[in-house]
Parts: sequence; C-alpha cells; structure tokens
Amino acid sequence: MSTSPVPHLVIIGNGMVGHRLVDGLRAQVSGQELQITVISEESRLAYDRVQLSRHFDDPRPDLSLATEAGYAELEVQVVRGRADALDPAAKVVQVGTQQLAYDALVMATGSVPFVPPIAGRDAPGCFVYRTLDDLDAIRDAAQGARRGVVIGGGLLGLEAAGALRKLGLETHVVEFAPQLMPAQLDAEGGQTLQRIIEAKGIGVHTARATSAVATGMDDRVTGLVFTDGTALEADLVVFSAGIRPRDDLARACGLTVGERGGIQIDDSCRTSDPHIYAVGECALHGGRIYGLVAPGYQMARVAAAHLLADLGLGGDRTARFTGADLSTRLKLLGVEVGSFGDAHGRTPGARSVSLSDNVRGTYSKVVLSPDAQVLGGLLVGDTSRYGELLDLVLSGTPLQVPPETLIVPSLPAGAAAAPTNALVCSCENVRANALCAAVGQGARDVASLKECTGAGTGCGGCVPSLHSLLHQELTRLGETVTNHLCEHYPHSRQELFDLIRVRGYRTWDEVLRSHGHELGCEVCKPAVASILASLHGEHILNPAHAPLQDTNDAFLANIQKNGTYSVVPRVPGGEITADGLIAIGQVARKYGLYCKITGGQRIDLLGAQRDDLPAIWTELIAAGFESGHAYGKSLRTIKSCVGQTWCRYGVQDSTSLAVRLELRYRGLRSPHKLKSGVSGCTRECAEARSKDFGIIATEKGWNVYVGGNGGVTPKHAVLLASDLPEAEVITLLDRFLMFYIRTADRLQRTSTWLEQLDGGVEYLRGVLLEDRLGLCAELDEAMRQHVGTYRDEWATTLADPAQVARFRTFVNSDARDDGVQWVDERGQIRPADLHMLTPLPMAGGTD
Amino acid sequence: MSLIMNSPAQQPSAAPLPRTRVCALSDILPGTGVCALVGGQQIAVFHVAGRVFALGNRDPYTGANVLSRGLTGSTQTGGMLRLKVTSPLLKHAFDLESGLSLDDPTVGVPVYPACIEGGEVWIGSEA
Repeated sequence: MSTSPVPHLVIIGNGMVGHRLVDGLRAQVSGQELQITVISEESRLAYDRVQLSRHFDDPRPDLSLATEAGYAELEVQVVRGRADALDPAAKVVQVGTQQLAYDALVMATGSVPFVPPIAGRDAPGCFVYRTLDDLDAIRDAAQGARRGVVIGGGLLGLEAAGALRKLGLETHVVEFAPQLMPAQLDAEGGQTLQRIIEAKGIGVHTARATSAVATGMDDRVTGLVFTDGTALEADLVVFSAGIRPRDDLARACGLTVGERGGIQIDDSCRTSDPHIYAVGECALHGGRIYGLVAPGYQMARVAAAHLLADLGLGGDRTARFTGADLSTRLKLLGVEVGSFGDAHGRTPGARSVSLSDNVRGTYSKVVLSPDAQVLGGLLVGDTSRYGELLDLVLSGTPLQVPPETLIVPSLPAGAAAAPTNALVCSCENVRANALCAAVGQGARDVASLKECTGAGTGCGGCVPSLHSLLHQELTRLGETVTNHLCEHYPHSRQELFDLIRVRGYRTWDEVLRSHGHELGCEVCKPAVASILASLHGEHILNPAHAPLQDTNDAFLANIQKNGTYSVVPRVPGGEITADGLIAIGQVARKYGLYCKITGGQRIDLLGAQRDDLPAIWTELIAAGFESGHAYGKSLRTIKSCVGQTWCRYGVQDSTSLAVRLELRYRGLRSPHKLKSGVSGCTRECAEARSKDFGIIATEKGWNVYVGGNGGVTPKHAVLLASDLPEAEVITLLDRFLMFYIRTADRLQRTSTWLEQLDGGVEYLRGVLLEDRLGLCAELDEAMRQHVGTYRDEWATTLADPAQVARFRTFVNSDARDDGVQWVDERGQIRPADLHMLTPLPMAGGTD
Repeated sequence: MSLIMNSPAQQPSAAPLPRTRVCALSDILPGTGVCALVGGQQIAVFHVAGRVFALGNRDPYTGANVLSRGLTGSTQTGGMLRLKVTSPLLKHAFDLESGLSLDDPTVGVPVYPACIEGGEVWIGSEA
C-alpha cells in the first residue's frame, strides 16, 4: 500500500486523454481526497494534438491543454521522465531513480508512429509526424529541401502531405495499398480522392512498396527505392504508415496485451490487473485500438468512474465503454471526406448505391440493409450531406424515399420545393424538425432552443434563422408570439420607442427603472441607446450612454476579427479631393493601416489599435474629415455616379444630390444601418435600387425607391414616388426615414419593415405623401431637429479627456495587445489569422 | 489519431495572479469593463451591480483579446440571476462569476479573485 494518508493515483502519460482524465477526476475529488501524480515523458505537458497541423500555419498558437501552474492549482504532481518499470504486485512504478507507490494506476501511454523496417529509415532527413518536436524538426529540414515524400496515404499521411506542401515543398504521397485511405474508402472513393489531390499538384503513388530509403555520400536521404525497381527522389521523407500502441511497459510487467499489440481492457477500462486501467490509444477494447480522441475521452470518463469507486471515493460502477462510432468527417488538403457507419458494406445482405461524378469531382455512396435502412456510406469531395445521412444511420428508420435521391446533388434553387427539414445549424448538424420538436416540448425562446438542440452555439450564423423559425413555429402552434425586446423588457422596440418619446426619458437608468428588469443585456442596451440617440441626438459616449454601446459605438470604429478596429472617414457621395486622398494616405502610412476602397465609395483603414484611434482621428479631423459612422446603426454612405456633370448619358446632377443627402442624414441613428445611392440616369451606375433608399434621375426629376438591400437576401427597392423635384425628394426622404426609425423593430431592415407594413408601399405613400395619419409635421420636425443638432462624434470625443482615456488598451499600462499579430499580404498588413479562427469541426491539414 | 471532429473542451485554467491594484473603481464606468495587464496577462475587470469581477481577456471562441470590451448584463436561468458579459466579436456570453460560457459549459475563461478596497480595485490573491 501507499504510505500516503490519502489514496494515490498515478497516471502514466500526459497526452490529451491523460489530461482529460486528470480534469475529470479533479472535477469530482479534491487533493484532500485523492493524490494524483502524472508522469510526463514529452518535453511539453498535454497539448491539443488534433490541431497539430496548425503549428505549421503559425508556430505561436498555444496548443497547450495543461500547464505546470494549472496542475499545481489542481494539486496534481507532475513527474518528468519515462516510466521505466512497473511492479503490479508491489504497486510501484519506477521513473528513473524515483519509486512511486500507487493505490491505482492508469496507463495513458498513447501510441508511437509505425516505421516499416526498411534500410535507411534512420537516415538524416527521415521523420515521423507525431509530436510538436517532430513538426519543428520537419520545418527545420524543409529549409533548403525541394521535394518531400510521405510514406502512407491514410488520414495522417495526407495530413502530413498538407503540412509539407505548406512548407513549400513539392509533395508526394506513397501508399502501399492500391488506393488512398484504404481503411476508410472503397476503390472508387480512393480514386476520386486521388484525382482531386493530384489536381492540386501533389504526386500520388499507390500500390508502391518501399524497399529502402536511398542515401547520398553524406548519408542524407536522397529518395526512395520501391520493390518494383522504380525510385522517387526526395530530400525529406515522412513516415506516416500507422500507429502502434505503446504497450511495452504493460507487456514487461505481465499485463495481457493483444496479439497485434494494445493493452487489453474490459468495458470498465480495467486491464488484466484489477488496480490498473488503460485509456486512449494504448488500450485494446473489443479487439480494436481507437486512434481518435473522442473514444479516448469516453474511456477516461469510464475509467475515472471505476477508479473512484475502487478507492471508495464515490464513482459509478455502472459506467461502461462499449466501443465508439468511428464516423468521421474531415478536410484533408482541402478535400472533404466523410465516412460513416458501415461504409464498406460488411453487414450481411448489405447493398449499396453510389454516384461517381467526374464533373464535380465527387463520389457518394450509401450502404443499405435488405429492409432499406441506411447502414453507412462514404462522401468524397462534398460532405454537405454528412449530417443528414449520419442521422439516418443513427435513427435506424427505414427509408421513405428511393435511396439514390440521398446522393444526387440537390436541384438548383427554385427547381424543387423547399426542403421541409432543412439543415439550420451546420456546425451542430441541427435540422428544422429537431428545432420544431424542441418548440413543441416547450422551448419558447432562442436561448432555450440553443440549450436543448445545440443549434446556434457554434459559429452563431444561424441565430437569425432560429429567431424566424421560432416565430413561425409558435404562430403555427397558435401561440401568442411575443415581440419582447428581450427578457429585460416586456415591450417591442416600437413600444419602447413610443414610451421613451412620450414620457421623455433621457437615460438608460430612467428607462430601465420604469419599464425593465434587472441589469439589461447586449440586446436591450444598444437598442435603448439607439432610441435615445434617435430622439435626442446626445453624444453617445456621455457617461450615461457609454456603457450601453456595443464595441463599435463605444470606440466609434468597427471591430475586426483580431480586436483591432477600422477607421472610415466620411466621403460624402464618394467625392474626394486630391489633398483629402493624400491626407488619408499619410495617416494610413503613419499608423501602418491596411487600406481598401469599399463598395460604398469610401476608404477603409484597417488594423488600427484602439489606443491609436484618438490620434488617428485628430489627424483626420485636422485634414477636414469627420466620422463616417461605419460602426453605427446609422446612415453609412450615399453612393453616386458622376451624373450629368461628366457622363454623356447623365440627366441630373447625381453627385451633388448624394453629397447633400449624405450630409443631411449623417449621424442619424436607426434600427439598422442605412445605405443609399443616387444614380444620374436609368443606367443606374450607383446601384441605387439595392439600397434602403435610392434615387434615380429621370428627364423630369427624380424617382425615389425604398426598401432595397444587398446582403444575404438581396431585395430591389420599390418605387415610392416619381419625377419629384429635389426639394420634394428631401421632404419625402425625411419623413420616410423618421417613420421607419419610429416604427421598425430592433435590427429590422427597411426591406422587412416595408414587407410587414400592412398595406405595403401604398400605405406608406398615404402616410408620407398624403399625411393620412397626420404625422408629417412631427416627422419633418424630428428631422429638422436631427439636422440642426448634428455634431461630429469624433470631434466631440476628442474634446473630452475622460472619453479619450477609455481608448487606452490597458487601464494600468501603456503596453499594446500582444495578441495582435500581422503578416504581410500584397505589401500590406493582415491579421495572422489561422490560430485565431474559431476551430471548425474538421481536422487539421487543410489548406 | 489526430483526426477527429470535436475539439476538446477549453477548460478555464487560472494560473494564480499576484495580488495587484489595477485601478481606481472610478476608472471603470459602472456596467463596463477595462483591461488590466498583470504579470504579462490580460485581465478583463468589470464593475457590475456594485461588484468587481476579473476574467481572462481572451475570447476562447475567437482567440482575440476583447472580453473587457463586451457588454455586461444579466440573465435568468433556472430561477437564478446570473451576471454575464457578451464578447463583442461573435456575441458569446460568459458568466461573470464562473467564467463559463452560457451556451456551452465546457468552454470558459479563467476567473480571478477581485475586490474593492477603499475605492481601489484589487485582483489576484495573496502569495
């Protein structure tokens, strides 16, 4: 027995699974109840090996899962070194000269790459692809190398090939089997994959057995020699021919191991010794080694439950590891590959339907049981149906449609009825049916839909769809659909607007105290801030308003993916002087900003650090510029063509009108950002009809269009009035904008607002042109008020040192954010992005 | 081996911070956050509901150091009022007390001790 007063657990190995086990145990028992020692042989503690190939994109991303300090905090002791010997009878592990007595032991020793026993395999220039150290060694060797060859055309080999290619090497893959990825794909799938990969310039050599690594005078690798007598030149060789479980220690101390390796475990992850467990890639369960992290994590959970039960610390003796689904969907060298269920059709009586499309470069196969259940399948080149098909396998329901329809590409939009069970969230593979079912079971808001289905918790891109689906489904169920802003306000935006206007509230605190609950949130705060700004036009960074602003409004700039901001000076109508251009250029050069001309005829200056923003704006304002409100829910740009002044077709002066309108409506806060265009003739070079309001010249005056937008669901604006003189255009637009600002929902674009107006554009004409509601005088006055009180937000901000102070990066230091890193692209900066991206549900090795 | 779909859970692991005064409470507008640099680490410090909270500044979903610039607020879940901050990038919300994502409890940011003493904001713990 251990001499320790509390039971002592020793874990040999600190890979992803070993680390997960530590975490899982510490979530249940403290250091007072269980002493944990981890033996770590690698130079680093556990890191995210799944993301290993990202290391080539940028060696800086931190893949660490565990740190010395973190383990110290968890009261986990780390012993560096290799476990040399294990005595199960005495319950002692030896690490170097150190003896560790244990009460329970877990082997999490992982695996080692398999290197075939061929001559020359140890020559300088030969590598395996396994650890961060391996990757660093490969990167060093790639300097000065021209051609790299990977031995092994399986998953990991292709990932390694992707890495070599990223290092700029001419890349070849050698596979012993007649096809690539023989473990996952069938012959046709392998050939499709090979065609795609070859088209990317990677040499693929299948059915090739390597007999030796050729070396030169200096003993370095010069190439490969195959058993058929052919050869391939190479400066660098990476072996990726599979893995072997690390069971040497288990073997040496008499634990049962499999014929082809692996420490034998039962469903509780226990080895042949009752006090020793094994988890992860070193473990053999049901005749199988699982080379994936997810089953390893399951084993860690099961082993923890039994360990704790063994040691009298709770646990759960019913926990079972009963094998794992090996379905995978990944992206290798930019090629999507999916394999799920019984992909090879090994079930007795299985039949299959497949489609090999040499035009699209895709291959799809579904395997069916005799009673038409989907058992499995393969997808190469396009895995968009992966979730749908995997669903069918897991649900086990017989097919209601001809099987071939599962794999033919979908018809172009409009050619077929909309799918009734559309994939709504592709990150989490959640379909409309599942969401409707969740609504049926009581989900009444997007948050609970997220919670019970997982939809919307990945990239978040489907959240708007969740809102509309929830709305539709509740309407269908005949339930009252609340249009409440959020959980803090039992009102719609329009109701709140009216309350704030009629009661005359001027601050968030007044509004919250009178109509809201608790502290508010990221939904209601900016909405109330926008209403207050529309009504009173006070500076948005006044202390009463500043805490309500989304980051863009809080810093009067647009946040970008790495936390830096873009600066967009207003360029009314896109008209700019040479001096103006030079001034912008000088600022961009001085602060190292990336420059881009936008679709709205302005100049984006990207990559500004927040503490540089005040200085940048000081210089821009000195050069005559003002804020372009590129950050706000407010008027952005009014695009124009050169019109009659220069163009031989122009019939009116579109630039002048655009400048006038842009200056009139600048700073106008609204439920959604607003864009506009003015075209000088019907050729419509300013694309005015794809804007919230658009003005197009006619021989007699101007046509006014409203309710258009670009974006995800483009809409053409509709004609509101024709042949108006300029003064009437302005009056009509004043009223249109103010009516929209007062009646639209939060974040509702003019297009959807117009669609939902009862009576549509006819009704709008009645209100704005015939004053049927008697509102026009009020709307006119509201716009007069706005125009009369406009002040440049940046100029106001710079005049107040307390506001400028908020632009410091750190409250207690003048340092800069060291997480902002740039790389060069076409002579300008861009964010060093790969390590900062949200991890996609795909493996590394992509390019 | 290294080819799977799921990325592992990003558990918060807070390395201990030395006890440090970061700013005056009046340097943080009520309801907002600031970022402090302590021992090379970026710490988002929030002043919400009369209390102060300190979390790691790095948004685990995007890798950008932006959490201190998020909007703060509250949410009712399971009959409990939780204080939260929403990252400005992709609007992921985190519990101010536990640092855990409100959408996915396997994701979180480190949490540090924080307190107000005589109008000053202190974070970290005694050595």
